[in-house]
Order: sequence, then C-alpha cells, then structure tokens
Amino acid sequence: MNYNVDEKGYYGEFGGAFIPEMLYPNVENLRQQYLKIMAEPSFKKEFDQLLKDYVGRPSPLYFAKRLSEKYNTKVYLKREDLNHTGAHKVNNTIGQILMAKRLGKSRIIAETGAGQHGVATATVCALMGMECIVYMGEIDIARQAPNVARMKMLGAEVRPAKSGSRTLKDATNEAIRDWINNPVDTHYIIGSAIGPHPYPDMVTRFQSIISEEIKWQLKEKEGRENPDYVVACIGGGSNAAGTFYHFLHEKEVGIIAVEAAGLGVDSGESAATSVLGKMGIIHGCKTLLMQTTDGQITEPYSISAGLDYPGVGPMHAHLYKTGRAEFIAVTDDEAMQAGMVLSKLEGIIPAIESSHAFAILETRKFQPEEVVVFNLSGRGDKDLDTYIKYFKL
Amino acid sequence: MNRIHQKLQEDKKILSIYFTAGYPSLNDTVKIIQDLEKNGVDMIEIGLPFSDPLADGPTIQASSTQALKNGMTTALLFQQLKDIRKSVSIPLIVMGYFNPVLQYGVEKFCKECQEIGIDGLILPDLPLDVYQENYETIFKKYGLVNVFLITPQTSDARIRQIDTASDGFIYMVSSASVTGSQDGFGNNQETYFERIADMKLKNPQVVGFGINNSETFLQATKQAKGAIIGSAFIKFLTQHGVDKIGDFVKGIRK
Ligand SMILES: Cc1ncc(COP(=O)(O)O)c(C=O)c1O
Repeated sequence: MNYNVDEKGYYGEFGGAFIPEMLYPNVENLRQQYLKIMAEPSFKKEFDQLLKDYVGRPSPLYFAKRLSEKYNTKVYLKREDLNHTGAHKVNNTIGQILMAKRLGKSRIIAETGAGQHGVATATVCALMGMECIVYMGEIDIARQAPNVARMKMLGAEVRPAKSGSRTLKDATNEAIRDWINNPVDTHYIIGSAIGPHPYPDMVTRFQSIISEEIKWQLKEKEGRENPDYVVACIGGGSNAAGTFYHFLHEKEVGIIAVEAAGLGVDSGESAATSVLGKMGIIHGCKTLLMQTTDGQITEPYSISAGLDYPGVGPMHAHLYKTGRAEFIAVTDDEAMQAGMVLSKLEGIIPAIESSHAFAILETRKFQPEEVVVFNLSGRGDKDLDTYIKYFKL
Repeated sequence: MNRIHQKLQEDKKILSIYFTAGYPSLNDTVKIIQDLEKNGVDMIEIGLPFSDPLADGPTIQASSTQALKNGMTTALLFQQLKDIRKSVSIPLIVMGYFNPVLQYGVEKFCKECQEIGIDGLILPDLPLDVYQENYETIFKKYGLVNVFLITPQTSDARIRQIDTASDGFIYMVSSASVTGSQDGFGNNQETYFERIADMKLKNPQVVGFGINNSETFLQATKQAKGAIIGSAFIKFLTQHGVDKIGDFVKGIRK
C-alpha cells in the first residue's frame, strides 16, 4: 500500500485538484515546479539554514518523565511549540515563501483560523519583504485579538471574511477568490495539508522535517529510529502529516490521529471529520468532509480554533479509509484537562490543539515499555484567554 | 438536436441570464424562467446554490446563502422544474458546484436533468481531466452539453484542448476575476476578445463575468456569439423583486 501521493495527485481515492479554470494556470505551474524547486541545492540550503537559525530547529525531542510515570508508558514530546512563532506552522510558511520567490511572485495571501498560520505567514513575509494579506473570519478576528495584532505589527493586512459562517472555511474561500482575482503576482500560502494537489503534498513535505528529526533523535535516546506510536492532532492535518510522514511505511509504527469531538461526536457541535464526514469536495480537494445530505458544507465546532475545519487533508482521509491510522476523537473537556495535566506535570502549557493529542493518554492504554511520541504542535500562549475562562483562573 | 446547438445556430447575439434558484424567494424559480423567456432572453443558467461558491463574488454568494436559508435543495429544484418544458422552450443550463452533484449521484443528477429537459451543465470546479476520465460518457448518455470556462490566463494550448473537449459553447470569463467584480471593459479585455476571435475555435464563445448593461453587452458580443449576465440581474432582483424582469432585459437589449 502506498500512503504517499501518486503522480496524479491522489492518495487512494482522495485528493486531486477540483479547481475552477481561473486557478488552473497557477496550480498547474506549481504542480510542475514544486518538486524541482524543492530539489534544488540552493533551495535546500536556504530552507535548512532558515529552519536552523531563524526557526530554531531542530526542535527538541523531550522525554516527559512525569507524564510517563503517570500513564505508565514512555512518553516523548516533539517540541514544535519551541519554534519561532510558537507552532509547527512556520515550517510550512518558510518553505512556501522560498517557493513563492522562485516562482517569481511578489504578493502573498493566506487564510487563518486561530491566527497561528496567519502569524507564521506574516512573519516570513516580513522576513522577505513581501506584501502580505491574511484572510480571517470576522468571528475569529474577534476571538483571536492578540494574533490579529501580531499580524499587523508584522506588516500584514488582515482582511475580514464576512461571508458564510465567517470562520476558517470562509477565510479560505476569500483567499481563493483573491487568488482568482490576482493570478499573476500572487502566491497563496495554504496553511494545512489541504487544498488542490500539489498543496497537500507540498505542505506535508515541508512539515516532514518533524518526523525526520524524530528518527535520529529517538535513535540517540532509545537506540532505535522507530517509536511504537506517533500521535498528533488533526485540523486540516499539517502537523500530523509532518509527524507521520517518515513512519507511514514503517509497519511497526502505530499511527494515531486525534480529532476534535467538540461537545461530543453526536452532539451536533463537533469537528470529528472522520466520523461525521463523507467523501466530497472542499477547497479543491476530494476528501472526507462534514456536509448535509444535499452536499452543502456544514460548520464544525471545537473549542480550539485550529481544529475547527469541516474537512481533513486527503492523506489522512486515505490513512483512515485504509485503516493505516487509528482515529480518536477527543472532546473539549478532555482536551482542556489534558492541557492542565501537561502544565502541572511538565511545566509546559500547550496549545489547545495539541492538548487534544495528549488527552488520549486517559483512555488509550499503552504498555510500559512502549515508546509513544506526541507532537506538541504549539504553545498555549495564544489560548490563555480560553484557559482562563474555562478554569476560571 | 440539443436546444443549445439550435440556439447557437440562430443568426443573432445570444443574451443569457444567470439567476440563483430559490432567490429572492424559494418558489420564484419558474416565474423567473418564464418571464426571462417572455422578454426575449435566449438562454438561462439556473444556479444551484452552494454553501461555498469559490468562483463567485459577494452578490451571487449572498443570493446562494439566502436561497439555502430559504430551503433550496437539489431535489426541490428538480421538483420545481418538473413541468418547465410545458411553458418554456429556450435552452436551460444548470450551473453549480460539483459537490452537490456528487452527493446527489452524478448519474441520477444527469438522468433527472434529461427528464426535465435541461440542456447543459456548467460546473466550474469539475476539471477537464476528471470530466473526461469519469463523467463524459454519463453526461453524453443523458444528452447534456458540458460547458467549460476559459480566462485571459488560459494558454492557447489549453484553449485548444478545451475547444476539442467542448460540444456547445465555451464560457469565456471576461477577466481574471470572480463574478460581479468589475465595471466595464478596458483594453486588456479588448485584446483578449480579439485573441480568442483570432483563434477561430470550433465552438462559439459566450462571454461572462462583468457584463452589467447594454454597453458591456455590446462590447462583449462584438466578437463573441453571446454574453451571460449574472450578478447584475441578481442585484436587480434584490432591488426590484421578480415583477419587473422585463425592465431589466429591455435595459440590456435596447
Ligand atoms: C498549534 C496548532 N496545532 C495544530 C493545528 C491544526 O492544524 P493542522 O492540522 O494543519 O496541523 C493548528 C492550527 O491552527 C495549530 O495552531
């Protein structure tokens, strides 16, 4: 079984590029160029250098001793929270801004939900002196004020998406419309492993630095490259794709993807796409998505804005369908409690997205000698307001 | 012969109007179609509303959102159109996004279109290669003309490819834009219109996006066979309701 993208842009039956003709020249150009550009020595050199000196990679692989004791297994944390800008998102934006430069683009657009990808995009645009426009749902702008301020400080223009449900899905629609209106000078930096081919694969490759590092770091610590499990939360699926990438074809490594159940999978307020979704087309990609029987895309819900997406990247849809990955849905409450546990036991306040991943330790039992690597996709600074309200701190 | 082919053979410039089914009110569909025909419109695009219409600007998107709120569904639209061929004879095209069609079942969708007397489909996010590989035989089986889009950015080679794959007309997007986003045509459009005319394509072209009055209609149809008006008509419906459709059409074709 192949878990990577095929030459037509599909992961099994998922993926492809379902785009209006207006986007065809840009997406096609990217498709033809992306692997060539990524293979150029000068690209690799610049990418590696920036990841090292600017982002602060490699991010540590940390043995969480107290967490391991509590759950009676060997827990490692991949510290993407220590990256510049506070999450894994920057791995992708560094890669894509270098790609955009080589494609001769001068103007960058992006969508953002919680604002993490928006901040990561605004950051690299500041770094490269490029014009940056970030689309953000009107509702998200109101609930993520600090990240809006950050983007502005970094020189980006934040444009409210006022259509539809005024959250991430609509911000993505607006970004795509902008790209249709500005086909010549603009590159669209998509923030997750979603969208038309080649985006899911390109984003996955930029994020795959996560599992590449886990391999050699674990070798140093445990004498073996492969853990028994890798675990990551899934919004669109970029941190998970990066965490899983180099283990996809390692049979002895269990892959666990954690989705946001919101108030509960059956509550009507959920973002557990693998359970609630059906095959369909969203943002140019055939994948599992939450929709009505009539094919209208529905609004997901999660306490964490970064997991609040009605679809899931096509690679993950394929991992789900083939049974290669185990999917677990975690509620708001379970995630919030897990965030508190990690804070108290390890002195690390995680992003609520990442908290979803740790929450499975309460219910999914691992053996004492098993090595379980969790991707700690981001830090919790951006979520303090939510933690304060939830725990009445 | 399909009504679209027949219409395109007439020695006149085609005026085609787009509207969103279920807007302004849920049950306006049939009246809008009948009034458009009565007032001399040559072809109609019936918009099947979608929650996330990527290629549409604010006007059409807002009408789609409203139509969905009003309760429009694929099944209901087909129900409304059941007897439309008793009163309407101009070509009718369903325009929408691919996901609702996929969920309905592509074959079932096409079959019901044929039963109603729909002549063609425009699904902007169903790409050429996927259409040819998976759906062309189904569309053809039910006598449906599939209409592809081209834009000023589309390369000559790709336009030739689309021309070969098309059997009806080519939807020529007037500029790099979503629907309803511009006022009037400039030099860029003139050059583009001429470039396409010079290619002497097998299929006639119908220009869409940005046509909102008699001047832009004339400009667009100087070379092309016809033009499609969408957002401007939706705006008119928003302001004047469905009782003065004749005024709108007369304003375009003075
Ligand atoms: C810290 C963090 N983790 C995870 C996610 C979810 O995105 P993805 O599934 O693409 O990794 C986000 C998105 O904003 C995030 O900020």
